Amino acid sequence: MTRAERGGPVLQVEGLTVEIDVPAGILHAVSDVDLHVDQGETLCIVGESGCGKTMTALALMGLLPRRARMRAERLELEGRDLVAAGRQQLAALRGDRIAMIFQDPMTSLNPVYTIGNQMEEIYLRHGKGSRKEARERAEYLLAKVGIAAPRSRREQYPHQLSGGLRQRVMIAMTLMCEPIVIIADEPTTALDVTIQAQVLHLLSDLQKEYRMALVLITHDLGVVARMADRVMVMYAGQVVETGAVEDVFAAPMHPYTKGLLDCIPVPGKTQPGAKLGAIPGMVPSLVGALEGCQFRGRCAYALPACAASPVPLRERGPGRASRCLLDSIPNAPATGPFFAGVAR
Amino acid sequence: MSGETILECRGVGRVFAVRSGMFTANRRLRAVDDVDLALERGEVLAIVGESGCGKTTLARMMLGLLPPTSGTILVMGRPIVEIDRAEIARAVQPVFQDPYSSLNPRKTLASIIALPLDVHGIGTGAERRRRVEELMELVGLPSRLLYVYPSQLSGGQRQRVAIARALAMKPRIVICDEPTSALDVSVQAQILNLLQDLRRELDLTLVIVSHNLAVVEHMADRVAVMYLGRIIEAGATASVFARPRHPYTQTLLEAVLTPDTSRGLPEFVLGPGFPNPLDPPPGCTFHPRCPRAMPACSSARPATLREGGSLVECHLYDGAAAMKAG
Repeated sequence: MTRAERGGPVLQVEGLTVEIDVPAGILHAVSDVDLHVDQGETLCIVGESGCGKTMTALALMGLLPRRARMRAERLELEGRDLVAAGRQQLAALRGDRIAMIFQDPMTSLNPVYTIGNQMEEIYLRHGKGSRKEARERAEYLLAKVGIAAPRSRREQYPHQLSGGLRQRVMIAMTLMCEPIVIIADEPTTALDVTIQAQVLHLLSDLQKEYRMALVLITHDLGVVARMADRVMVMYAGQVVETGAVEDVFAAPMHPYTKGLLDCIPVPGKTQPGAKLGAIPGMVPSLVGALEGCQFRGRCAYALPACAASPVPLRERGPGRASRCLLDSIPNAPATGPFFAGVAR
Repeated sequence: MSGETILECRGVGRVFAVRSGMFTANRRLRAVDDVDLALERGEVLAIVGESGCGKTTLARMMLGLLPPTSGTILVMGRPIVEIDRAEIARAVQPVFQDPYSSLNPRKTLASIIALPLDVHGIGTGAERRRRVEELMELVGLPSRLLYVYPSQLSGGQRQRVAIARALAMKPRIVICDEPTSALDVSVQAQILNLLQDLRRELDLTLVIVSHNLAVVEHMADRVAVMYLGRIIEAGATASVFARPRHPYTQTLLEAVLTPDTSRGLPEFVLGPGFPNPLDPPPGCTFHPRCPRAMPACSSARPATLREGGSLVECHLYDGAAAMKAG
């Protein structure tokens, strides 16, 4: 979708920070994240476990765990300020204007209610219409997401459905009130490859039809390449690179992004049996004060300056930014002599 | 590869009795149906398929954890049912999918990795301890982690522990059931590299059960594609990936999302969901979802066509279509 076909920004976030008190101190789950999504646009947030991508999503939904503290300079949904909004106002928007698809449809559906019951509850709760209308809408959407015999499916319980069907129900459920933003957290990770492609197709078709903004959280770079307009790479709670998906994949500017792209085997590209470019080491602890570049301990190109002070996210072109001191990544092997011995 | 067959499945099948109600007879679920496989020493064989296709059941039978209800499995030429449990464990070892649930949370790494040695009564305490340190070094775990608990480790480190434990008895064959699907991509690459290194250093034979075809292409010499308990296509990985013959294999390969931004989502139609294995479709079990199904597919089972090391089971190739037309 070209920019002209899209609408203006529907979700705008600046300086989003999430901190959690843990016995050892303060855990910086999300640090100073800026993001925006336009109507009809797909933004993919990529990163590994613990990088803060799910916490970011939960913060946008106002669903953070109680012990987490959140602050933001700006958090606007369709121009409405969510920073100042109270719990009730957030609850009114959640499910109505902004909705979320969770990773595991087995644990995110309530096992003791029928799926129809759970879908209609959202509609009724937001006062969209009568019970009869809610039922009709649920049946319409179940058919829309490709579920045969929606009338009888409506009366079934989650355990009676397969994983793929459950995820379709989750998607139908988020559409009950026609939200403008959908946040999908690893929506296909628990599914088989064949079902994954079908579910992604469904999401992308529905997004086009309803002109929704889609924030897709995933660790699968294949999904990012095929779904995203823009991509945002997160590491250790920070945004380390953003840009149009073609640009980021063709010429990653941050060593972490490059590392991620190098470590997946690509059929027809990587030599079978050859060594994959692994990122050595582990994600740093996010507890306590953050110093320097968070990635420097695993980075093959780290300089003394990387440890000196926090590295800012630098604008590197229109819509493109990278949190790295280097202007370009040297053409050295990603696992150079620097890491001999540590790399395993 | 030496040409020496180290593990062989001959017509292996496994039927489970499924209770369907108090007053009705049990129903039979054919999880694995007439599987023939031969594994040569030093080879990496991948078994791929969707959830419920029987790949884990087959792996459990190869480990001797589950007896086949028909056919035989030969480990180094001897039927697995005749081999003592402890002896099988010395030859064949598993690495499971989820390193979070496959390690005992109340034991330290030292005792987790030493457990097989203890069970088999190998060596003195000091020798075992030395062997544990050797194993940890082999899989890239620093020895300072000897007395920590699994909960203190990352997913990748836990999977290394599981691999070290599997290698403790110097097995000839290691069966990895989805070894990396619970891991992050950067850690997945570390573990895949480790498995490749170990295979070379220790002359291991690997069976990798996976649904990630990119991983399979990278790791395996040969691949077997399973659908509803049957192997419907098998062959050298390079040739199966370059020229998939069975429509199911073709679909699986199309469904792989390579990180290629110039391509959208794959366009394919794979009919309704995975069929109920309690009530498999007649004829070719794949026909309700097959984009190239013919009338013959819903009535007759396709013949198994073998050519060299490859196998395919599909009416497109066994002449059923030609017979109908002619």
